[in-house]
Order: sequence, then C-alpha cells, then structure tokens
Amino acid sequence: MDLFRLSALQLSGLMREGEVSSEEVVNSFLQRIEQVEPQVKAFLLLCPEEALAAAREVDRRRLRGDELNFLAGVPVAVKDNICTRGLRTTCASRILENYVPPYDATVVSAIRRAGLPILGKTNMDEFAMGSSTENSAFFSTRNPWDTRRVPGGSSGGSAAAVAAGEAPLALGSDTGGSVRQPAAFCGVTGLRPTYGRVSRYGLIAFASSLDQVGTHSRDAAGGLALFRLIAGHDPLDATSINTPLEEDVEADNFCENGLKGLRLGLISEQMGDGFAPEVKEKIRQTAALLEGEGAFVEEVSLPLTDYALAAYYLINPAEASSNLGRYDGVRYGLSERISGGGVREMFAHTRGKGFGMEVKRRIILGSYALSAGYYDAYYLQALKVRTLIKKEMEKAFERFDVLFGPSTPTTPFMLGEKVDDPLQMYLSDVCNITDALTGNPSLSIPCGLSPAGMPVGMQLSAPPLNEMLLFRVAAAIENMRPLPPLPEQVNILEGGQC
Amino acid sequence: MDYEAVIGLEVHLELKTRSKIFCGCSTAFGMEPNSSCCPVCLGLPGSLPVLNRSALEMAVKAALALNCRVEGRSRFDRKNYFYPDLPKAYQISQYELPVARGGYLEIDLPGGIKRVNIERVHMEEEAGKLLHAGGSIMESDYSLVDYNRAGIPLLEIVTAPNISSGKEARLFLEELRLLLFYCDVSDCRMEEGSLRCDANISLNLPGAAMGNKVEVKNMNSFRAVEYALDYEAQRQAEILSRAGEIVQETRHWDEENRVTVSLRGKEEASDYRYFPEPDLPPLLIEESWVQELKEALPELPAHKRLRFEEQYRLDPKDVAVLTSSPELACFYEEAARHVEDYTGLANWVKGDVLRIHNDSGKAIGEMTPLALAETISLLERGEISRPVAREVLEEALVRGKNPAQVVQDRGLGRIADPGTLGPLIEKVLQENPKAVESYLQGREKALGFLVGKVMAATRGRSDPAAVNTILRDKLQNLPGKVE
Ligand SMILES: [Zn+2]
Repeated sequence: MDLFRLSALQLSGLMREGEVSSEEVVNSFLQRIEQVEPQVKAFLLLCPEEALAAAREVDRRRLRGDELNFLAGVPVAVKDNICTRGLRTTCASRILENYVPPYDATVVSAIRRAGLPILGKTNMDEFAMGSSTENSAFFSTRNPWDTRRVPGGSSGGSAAAVAAGEAPLALGSDTGGSVRQPAAFCGVTGLRPTYGRVSRYGLIAFASSLDQVGTHSRDAAGGLALFRLIAGHDPLDATSINTPLEEDVEADNFCENGLKGLRLGLISEQMGDGFAPEVKEKIRQTAALLEGEGAFVEEVSLPLTDYALAAYYLINPAEASSNLGRYDGVRYGLSERISGGGVREMFAHTRGKGFGMEVKRRIILGSYALSAGYYDAYYLQALKVRTLIKKEMEKAFERFDVLFGPSTPTTPFMLGEKVDDPLQMYLSDVCNITDALTGNPSLSIPCGLSPAGMPVGMQLSAPPLNEMLLFRVAAAIENMRPLPPLPEQVNILEGGQC
Repeated sequence: MDYEAVIGLEVHLELKTRSKIFCGCSTAFGMEPNSSCCPVCLGLPGSLPVLNRSALEMAVKAALALNCRVEGRSRFDRKNYFYPDLPKAYQISQYELPVARGGYLEIDLPGGIKRVNIERVHMEEEAGKLLHAGGSIMESDYSLVDYNRAGIPLLEIVTAPNISSGKEARLFLEELRLLLFYCDVSDCRMEEGSLRCDANISLNLPGAAMGNKVEVKNMNSFRAVEYALDYEAQRQAEILSRAGEIVQETRHWDEENRVTVSLRGKEEASDYRYFPEPDLPPLLIEESWVQELKEALPELPAHKRLRFEEQYRLDPKDVAVLTSSPELACFYEEAARHVEDYTGLANWVKGDVLRIHNDSGKAIGEMTPLALAETISLLERGEISRPVAREVLEEALVRGKNPAQVVQDRGLGRIADPGTLGPLIEKVLQENPKAVESYLQGREKALGFLVGKVMAATRGRSDPAAVNTILRDKLQNLPGKVE
C-alpha cells in the first residue's frame, strides 16, 4: 500500500487504529518526494530528520496512550513565507535567502503542538507576488498534471506538493487568490478562511489587510481538519477574530445534512467572455449536480466585481511597499555594504540586488499610490471601491447562502507563457480577488478534468465565518463525483489501488 | 516695528509603561544594548503589533488632564521612511485620527493666566538609538544600533501656534511636565530624552498675515527652548526689518554657540506616505471608560495651587514650591492637619524637609508628615529648642522615628531644672567676670551675653526663661556684691 496515495483522514484513521505509525507515513511521503521532486520542484527546503523525529515523538505518545490531536502524525508541507523556528524561511527571495526565524508562526506552533511533522518549506512566487510560482528567485515549480505547465501561485509549491502526493496537507497563504488559484490548477482543495479567522502572526506580511493563511488538501475533509487545527483567536494578532468555530462536527460525516434548500448563486460575470469554455462547462455540470441534490441554483450578477481587480492592484502594492521596507540590510537577510558608501547606498544596493522584478514593480506602484498628491486619487478611491464591493457581496448573501463560479478563467497555462505580461498574469486571479477584498471565506475545489486532462477548479464563497458550510458543499460534491486520483504524469511508482 | 512671534510646540514624551507599546518587552532604562527586544519591536518578518492597554490608558489620562476631547474612534497609521533605527521602515503613529483633540493648558504669566491651546494628542512608537563611531552618521565608518528603546510608547502633544515667546514656551513645558508628573504618566526628563520638543516659529506685524514658518529642532532642555526661540525670533526680526525674506526651513539649535543653524541641503523633503495601519483595528474607546479615568484623575496642579492659596492662606511663591510635586503637596497637607501655623509649616517644608530630602536622598513619599507636625509641636511647647528641633526632624524623617522618642533617646529635652542649671551658671559667671561687672554696673545687655553663654554650654537645650531667672537670682546674691 502506498501510504502517500491516501488522504489526511485516511492516514489519521490508520494511525489511530494502530495499523501504521507516523514514522511509516512520513517515510512514505519522503520516498515519494525523492521520486517526484526532481520533476515537480515543489520544495525550497526539505527537513526529513525533523519530520521523522516529530513522527517518532507522536508514535511514542500514541503508544503511551496520550490524548492526541485528530491529525497527529499526518505530515504537512509549509509555504516558505510562514515562519518556522530553526528552519530557513526565504519567501523565495534572495533578500531572505539565509534567513532562519527565531520563532514559529502561530499556525506553525499549532501544527507542531498537534504533532504534525513538517516535511519542508514549499516554493512560491517571491513574497507571494505572482500567480505561477515563476517569480520564485530560485526555481519554478511544475504542475504535476503536466510538468510543462505552471502550478499556479503564489502558493504553487504547496498545491503541487499535495497534488503530486508529496504531502497530504499543506499550508499556503492567500492574499488575492494565492491558495485558491493554484489549488484549481493542481486539482486540490484550497481554502482561504475568513480574514482574521486564522492568525497571521508569523506569516511574512505581503498585503496585511488581505493576507490569510490557508490550506491545501486532497479533499474537503482534510482541509476542514487542518483548518480547524489552525483557526482560532490569537492574542498576538490584533486583527484575529474572537469567535469560536461552529459546533464540533465529526469531520468525516459532517456532510450528512445534505444540500436540500441551500441557495447557491452562480456569479454571471464569471461565466462570460474571457472564461474558457471547458472551464464553464465543468461549472455548469457541477451546478446541475447540485440542483439534482436539492439545492436551489440561480445566476447572480455582481457588477461591481469588475472593479475589484483595479482596486486590489492599488491596495495590495500600497501595503506591500510599506511591508517590504524593513528589508534594508541592517538587521537580517541580505546586506550589501559598499565600501565607501553610506547607509543610503547600503539600503539601495541591498534592495536592488535582493528583490526580483515583480517585487520591485509592486513597491514602485504602491509607493506611487501612497504619495502625497496621489493618495486621494488612487489609494483612497480603491478603499471606497472595496467598501462598495463589500456591500454588494453582503446584499448578494441576503439571497444566497453560497456564491460560486470558476476558480480560474482557464486551465493551467504553460511555463513562461505570461511571465512578460504582468497584466495577463494578474488576470488569472480575477475570480479570487473579490473575496480577498471583502474578507469572506472562499474555497476552491476540484471540479473534474478538462478534455485535455487538466484540472478545473470551482470556487465557493460564503459570508464571514461560514467555512463549515463551504466544506459541507464540497463534501457533498465529492460524494456525488469522486475526486480524480493522483496525476499519472508523475506517477513513477506503480502503486496499487487503495 | 514690533513683530509678534507666533510659536507652536510639538512635544514628544515617553509614557512610563512597564512594557513597550506593541509588545511585552521591558521599558527599563540602562539595560544591555539589544537585550530588551523581541520579533515585534525588532520588526522581524511576520511579527505583528498588539496595542498595550496601559499605554492607551496613560495617553487618555494625559489627554483628559489637558482638557482634550478623547475620540471614540481613532486609528493608527504608518509613517514610512527609511532609517537604520526604524526596524520596520515605518513608524506606527496616529495621523488622521488622533486619540484626542482640542484641549488647553493654562500658564501663569506676570500679566495673568494664559491659555495655550492643544490641537491634538496622539500615540506613536519610539525608534531605536544610533551610536555613531564618529560623531554623526555621515562622518562615521560605522554605526551601532540599540533597539531597546524601539517601541517605547510616545505621546505627541501639538499646541496651537498661540505661544508668543521663548519664556512662554518654557513655562508651558514646565507646567506640562508638572501636569503629567501629577498624572503619573511620564517622567518628562528632557535631559534623559523622555521629553523632546520641536517648535515652529514665525513672525508677523500685529494684525498682518502669518510669516514664513521656521522649524527649530535639537533643543535639549527647557532653558534651551527658551533661548533658541528668543534667538530665532530676534534673527527673524532682524531679517524682516532689513526687508529680507524668511526662508521656510528647519534649523538646529547649536547649544554651544547659542545660535540656530540652517539644515538646508542636509535633509531631503520627506513624503511619509501615511496610510491606515492594517495590522491594528480602529481604536474604539468607550465613553464610560473615559469617564472612569476622568473621575480617577488626581487633583491637577493648577487646581491644587489655587486651593492651597485659599485653604492655607499661603503666598503663591510658597505654594509653587509646595505643589512642585504631588508627594510634597501631600506631605504638606498631611502635616497641616495637625498644625495651626500654616505659613510656619510651609517654611519647614520648603526649608528643612527639602534639605533633608536632598541630603539624605530619602524620597518625600517615604517620609512621615506626622513627624514634622510632632516636632513643631515639641518646639511650640518649649520642650526643645529650634536647633534641636531641626536635628530631631532629620532623625525622625530619615530613620522613620518618633520625634519625642528621638528627644528622649538622645537626651535633647529642655533643661529647666535649677539643680542642673545652677552649677553651669556659676561656672559661666566665674569665667566671665567682665560681663558680670558690666551687669552689676547696670548694663542689662550683659545679661543677654551671659544667657547666650549658658545656652551655648548646653548646645541650645537650656530653657531660656529658667536660665534668665536663675541667672538674675545668682547675680543678685553674688558673695562679693556691694550694695
Ligand atoms: Zn519587543
């Protein structure tokens, strides 16, 4: 049995029943990584020793009869913009190439405490700026379904690792689609939780009012379990929400309630021109399935979402330009000290050498948008648009429990296809921006394969704090139409069916 | 032509919280460099600020003491600029929506009370401290940074431009320091950097439009503020009277040469690209909490001064000294409950109590006011002399002893017993035959001299009345006396 083919909950079940140890599970994933990583290139850092040590510790505790977390022993991959004490955390940037954080992000503390071995740190677009993971300063990650294609981004490494069977679960971050877009491209489940639901403490800031830690998993149940593990109020994050999670529901049978009477709104703006026919077809098929299950489905127009991308690309760079000011060579990371040069020269050379093109583009855009004389025309306008979009969404949620549409306008594009065209690249997140601006929870789920064999993702959004509802719909869809197995492209090992 | 100076002050002061404004690091002074730091105040990637409730409480208290309106909703903003002492390359401050606005502080001028308006009060964080290997950052091969101070809570108080002279500015700062001292929110030590002051100054003819503003920085004491602003007013007046033009600029006060120096060319015009701090939610302050804090405010200096003048019928100059710290005022009032002569008490407090405090280093708050009252009472009852009283008081205040006990233990009580005084007086008479002669010849003054000698022989402890009586008696009955 190839353990790496199993979902997080299947693994957790086997471990709880004493069928396998966490060490065996971790070893299985480490072997899988060894085999497919040269093609997928999902990881910036692997830490097998630490993972095995954590696994053995869980096994010991289990033998001792300790009360263990539901997911204890299930390994996880962590995006490289989430601080891990003692493990290099680079944001896929030269400027942090050798940076080892002295502390754990709150989400990392949570997974360590719960006994989830960390397999390694996953590749990403530099500082999470990008939609293809090609903006990594180190190398590009490949889509496990077709290694000529991108895995999406910025959490491309996390999504690809889960899709390739290199990890059953992964943490990513979603600022404007960075969990959901790669989840769609890689055919995995990706959650962006409600803003404030999961602590941002230790998530290296990109655009603070938009950043959220999210999850990648093979299926809805795994995503829900990981989400429940990392969610909750954190006194170290002043924007974290102090609302308890919905009542404890057994993670593996929470979908029993079914979909009867659920009101689902299909966003008509995301079913028009500019959206690939094979994507729209899958969405319509799924909508029909949902209706068949007793859900009420209707199209809904959200005209203001047309302005979301423009507003997002002002707010996001503005905050980024400020958040990235601290990389100045004084305290940590790259430091370029020019002989004969002063402190200004040190700042300039460090940042000039340490940041990639896209990062520089955003810093310049953002500094401009915040400058005296432009602030009102750009940044302030963008904030107003954000407020209007929020209101429009609130209104839509008076009529619908869940809004849905495609997660991406197309299936994964080719490596190199959009690197020189930032606007085209930005547009690949167009479906994901709205929820980022409003702070609503949003989930991308696999929605079948295109005729060319590429994954299509469907995105579900709910009012704040309704993550559970999203997983319920996702699980219902999984019940009707099983998820595709691991992509064959990277199936080096011929494993048996499980 | 007489120009009017228009001065506005920007005062930064450190709030005396135990931990920093956005993290739990200690604010203690004089620690090993970079030993009171954490991911938050070092601005490490991924760290986030959380507002220290006690910093907010102190800010609100200060604002209330300054008669400001505390805003129910305020906000933090980021002020972006690059400098090695600024760990995040932005300072968390309050720009558009400060925590409080629109107050005032009254200062006593010879012509009466002047109200200096406060425009706004806001919170922000302190930066780290740079130590340059060679004088300035431009002239050094290297500089070191200590981030222990980074993240100390600061309060910025901005006055309206309605201060008219260096002297007024100094009086304002002194009154502000006293006020915040009373509220127990800041030590306001300018020399230690816990209070800093920048000023804007412009000149215009009465009734005319405002002149060009000059910003004056680097004033490191209250006195420096006064001198710098007076110098600057004079400098501008000279230029204007020559029909010259005032350059709108920043000038540094050069303490050594007592001049302001232009910083032109050394500082680029800054655009701080302020925007709302996304890591901190809007600051919502409950009116009921503000009321609570308002009611809990101590009696403030201006009120206390008035009350002292009326209640104890004291001279304003004495009151100024007695109310120069809440502890001293409290000491006076406690003692006054047991004393009838308020002015006499004031003299004791201004004189001996402060001297004892300075000499011994014993805090006023740790001294027992009752000891002073009892000492005065012993003196008034004639049980001890004034010099003895001072000695007793010192012992009682510094060592926390009961004055009567000190008198007894040290044998400092008045000597009125003829059995003790008799032989002493006889000795004095023998040693001073000239004075005796002189007295017998009818010079009363000689008696005073002899009394003095007796007093000196007992180090002031003899009861003057008893000495007088016995002395006269002995002189009357001298063996060799011829009638
Ligand atoms: Zn700290």
